[in-house]
Amino acid sequence: MKTNARTEAEITMFDNYIIVYKFIQDLHFFVTGGDDENELILSAVLQGFFDSVALLLRNNVDKREALENLDLIFLCLDEIVERGMILETDANVIAGKVAVNSMDPAAPLSEQTISQALATAREHLTRTLFQ
Amino acid sequence: MAQPLVKKDDDRDDEAEYSPFMGIEKGAVLQEARVFNDPQLDPRRCSQVITKLLYLLNQGETFTKVEATEVFFAVTKLFQSKDVGLRRMLYLMIKELSPSADEVIIVTSSLMKDMNSKTDMYRANAIRVLCRITDGVLLTQIERYLKQAIVDKNPVVASAALVSGIHLLQTNPEVVKRWSNEVQEAVQSRAALVQFHALALLHQIRQNDRLAVSKLVTSLTRGTVRSPLAQCLLIRYTSQSASNSQGGDRPFYDFLEGCLRHKAEMVIFEAARAITELSGVTSRELTPAITVLQLFLSSSKPVLRFAAVRTLNKVAMTHPMAVTNCNIDMESLISDQNRSIATLAITTLLKTGNESSVDRLMKQITNFMSDIADEFKIVVVEAIRSLCLKFPLKYRSLMNFLSNILREEGGFEYKKAIVDSIVILIRDIPDAKENGLLHLCEFIEDCEFTYLSTQILHFLGIEGPKTSDPSKYIRYIYNRVHLENATVRAAAVSTLAKFGAMVDALKPRIFVLLRRCLFDSDDEVRDRATLYLNTLGGDGEVVETDKGVKEFLFGALDIPLVNLETSLRNYEASEDAFDINSVPKEVKSQPLAEKKAPGKKQPTGLGAPPAAPPTTVDAYERLLSSIPELASLGKPFKSSAPTELTEAETEYAVNVVKHIYDRHVVFQYNCTNTIPEQQLEEVSVVVDSSDAEEFGFVLSKPLRSLPYDSPGQTFVVFEKPEGVPAVGKFSNTLKFIVKEVDPNTGEADEDGVDDEYQLEELEVVSADYMQKVGISNFRNAWESLDADLERVDEYGLGPRESLAEAVNAVISLLGMQPCEGTEAVPSNSRSHTCLLSGVFIGNTRVLARLQFGLTGPKEVAMKLAVRSDDIAVSDAIHEIVASG
Repeated sequence: MKTNARTEAEITMFDNYIIVYKFIQDLHFFVTGGDDENELILSAVLQGFFDSVALLLRNNVDKREALENLDLIFLCLDEIVERGMILETDANVIAGKVAVNSMDPAAPLSEQTISQALATAREHLTRTLFQ
Repeated sequence: MAQPLVKKDDDRDDEAEYSPFMGIEKGAVLQEARVFNDPQLDPRRCSQVITKLLYLLNQGETFTKVEATEVFFAVTKLFQSKDVGLRRMLYLMIKELSPSADEVIIVTSSLMKDMNSKTDMYRANAIRVLCRITDGVLLTQIERYLKQAIVDKNPVVASAALVSGIHLLQTNPEVVKRWSNEVQEAVQSRAALVQFHALALLHQIRQNDRLAVSKLVTSLTRGTVRSPLAQCLLIRYTSQSASNSQGGDRPFYDFLEGCLRHKAEMVIFEAARAITELSGVTSRELTPAITVLQLFLSSSKPVLRFAAVRTLNKVAMTHPMAVTNCNIDMESLISDQNRSIATLAITTLLKTGNESSVDRLMKQITNFMSDIADEFKIVVVEAIRSLCLKFPLKYRSLMNFLSNILREEGGFEYKKAIVDSIVILIRDIPDAKENGLLHLCEFIEDCEFTYLSTQILHFLGIEGPKTSDPSKYIRYIYNRVHLENATVRAAAVSTLAKFGAMVDALKPRIFVLLRRCLFDSDDEVRDRATLYLNTLGGDGEVVETDKGVKEFLFGALDIPLVNLETSLRNYEASEDAFDINSVPKEVKSQPLAEKKAPGKKQPTGLGAPPAAPPTTVDAYERLLSSIPELASLGKPFKSSAPTELTEAETEYAVNVVKHIYDRHVVFQYNCTNTIPEQQLEEVSVVVDSSDAEEFGFVLSKPLRSLPYDSPGQTFVVFEKPEGVPAVGKFSNTLKFIVKEVDPNTGEADEDGVDDEYQLEELEVVSADYMQKVGISNFRNAWESLDADLERVDEYGLGPRESLAEAVNAVISLLGMQPCEGTEAVPSNSRSHTCLLSGVFIGNTRVLARLQFGLTGPKEVAMKLAVRSDDIAVSDAIHEIVASG
């Protein structure tokens, strides 16, 4: 199906589900909902997911990066939706919660900034790769 | 609500792409998991292993129970590590593994410690994990912490507890309901998402209490709602409340209309959608919503366009006039890149189009059809069909369109849909017949689907002879005999013969053609040709075909194929000649053994209603005519709705349908046996008609066998004086032989015991003789009936509860159809006129005009004027009211 889902979120229906999707490089992002759901809410979730992954992978969003940082992606998904209930759609907040991984457990959330979090995350990942 | 999916396009075979999971294998990873048992835990390594395990699970691998338990136990050791990242992965893993109750105990204390830790992230996630794996006992232990968490300052913790509450409500509702106060407090929170989650949870808790929901909604519509998601929820709850309240008053409409001007697009859309879905919404109320949706139609974002056009499509089904303003925008959407949007736009335009725009629309659609997928095309075809039925005068251009797309490429389902549409149009629009038949003929010249060709040929055989010049079609049909495969050739031969049978003038030519078919290569074709040549008679001259022959060749076969097959098999083995009349016309219920074989059927409870018997007029007619004794009575005038003769949850469930004929009444008892250990045989109903003197017993047809859970019918026939709407009460007793059934083998015992079962009484009332037939213009019909045949009289109906109740009582007594909405009595009115129409037995049209008035505080008087085709019927109607 020809689409231009690279610039804008695209939408379609399949069986009785609404699917919004977006493509970047060789990765496809899909968000699915029932056919009586508000399409714009689904789109907001997709955007949150998409942007937070972009933040976590430092804008190198392609399949290889994603697979190498799969743990971050899993955590990211976990922070967006819990068994169908939306938890968060703001990409900055999502990415912040995921990157807190490496922080000092005693430090409260509010003291950490995204860049610090990402820096430490980057360190982690490089170490993991060369294990 | 939403489920995110990251689709990974990993082909494991593609060597050129590097993947850290290349060649990953479950067994190897499980081995690696042994690293969790190390006394010196290496957090990075463990995280890696967990990632691989999660990857496997996401790719569809499953762990056996043993493997899952092993991994779970190993993973629990990871609680010893203080590494934050590892702890997060650990949480994820526990959630995925979903341990059973006895395994959960191991991690409970660690998780509870985390739930009270100083780290907010630990608290929040530990809560989520605990609530995922908890059971009732554990839940009461941690309830205290959860309640505290709901009102925690940290929004992440509060949200975690609230969302867990929402999920726990499914399994442990009584516990979660105790948190109402804390949740109520959370609704006032300043954190946007906490308010959102709290609102969702509170609504779930209170959803059965309409008043509470209504109060919740009212307070929030006046307060501040901080997150667009929460605002959307509020809109949904509001429209729910609005639909619960009776029509007329719309307290929440203003709120919804205000939301149309909200900042966030999702709120605007949600409000617009909610307005369009309000029950009984008026065009004026719809206007602001439609305006907003119209703006969305021209947005640059596909999601907005899609959402808008989908909603407008739904609105067009009920309020096509409201959507016409958007037609211009929608026409531009036909060429939208997103094909779903384009299809929705087209179908909406087809619904809202008026006669003048049809031609223009057809031109645009023609270009569009080649672009879309088959299933969308079928949707469009069906929309075109409804359009044509709406504007029958436009059949020419629409039929041309259909026939053009029929010629193009397409799958079987698609072409079948088009052929079905053309057939329906031919049937319903008489002018279109010749045109349509010719189109179909052209199609079969080039059709690749045998099924469709044979169906069309059959249809041609039925409709062709009725046209003004049947010979037109002969050429097309005869060509099929030469050019197609055997199935189609045989069908063509049958069709030719039909033409010959129905249209005598053509017989000589048909004979010539049929003779040529005698040389066909296929058996079936030759056999059919021979049969027709011999039976059509006249040997090539213009002679009328014998009626019996026509019936034999072309009449419908009423016998179910299953029975025919069984009889034929018996015939093969036996010596007697085969008699088709001896084939039973009723379908026997399958032997019990066969039914029990496919697995254990859950007993559907004693209250299983006898659902199987058909419930439409056609189905009843078929059923009745399939029973020889009943077929001789003719067609029933009216069949009533089923009336229950037993209470719910009894051992045998029976309901009765009354079929009224000119001189007879047939009671059809639908019986169901809900006891698995019993099988009933020779089931019949003994009817005591001492309270119904005008009826005489004729016959009773017993039901041979009634096994468990398989509904069956038994019939009792009474005769009654012709033309008289006789009434009476009948008491019923179910009589049968009950046999015990061995639950293991499913076989019944040899002998059984006679037994009977008392059923409730049934009544035949005068309303049974009246068919409810509505008419659109009462006044015209009233004027058209002879005023001399009118009977007027006045009655006092005595004290009644209300005017409306009196009106309803009379309507149900007479059994006639209220017209032009006159059955609705406005409250507080002191008088009312009701118009009724119906058809009485003997096919007499009856119209009644009733004028009600309140004479005292509760006393109701009525003036009844009846007009009908037969004066005796008008008298009868008055009789009914007088004695009722």
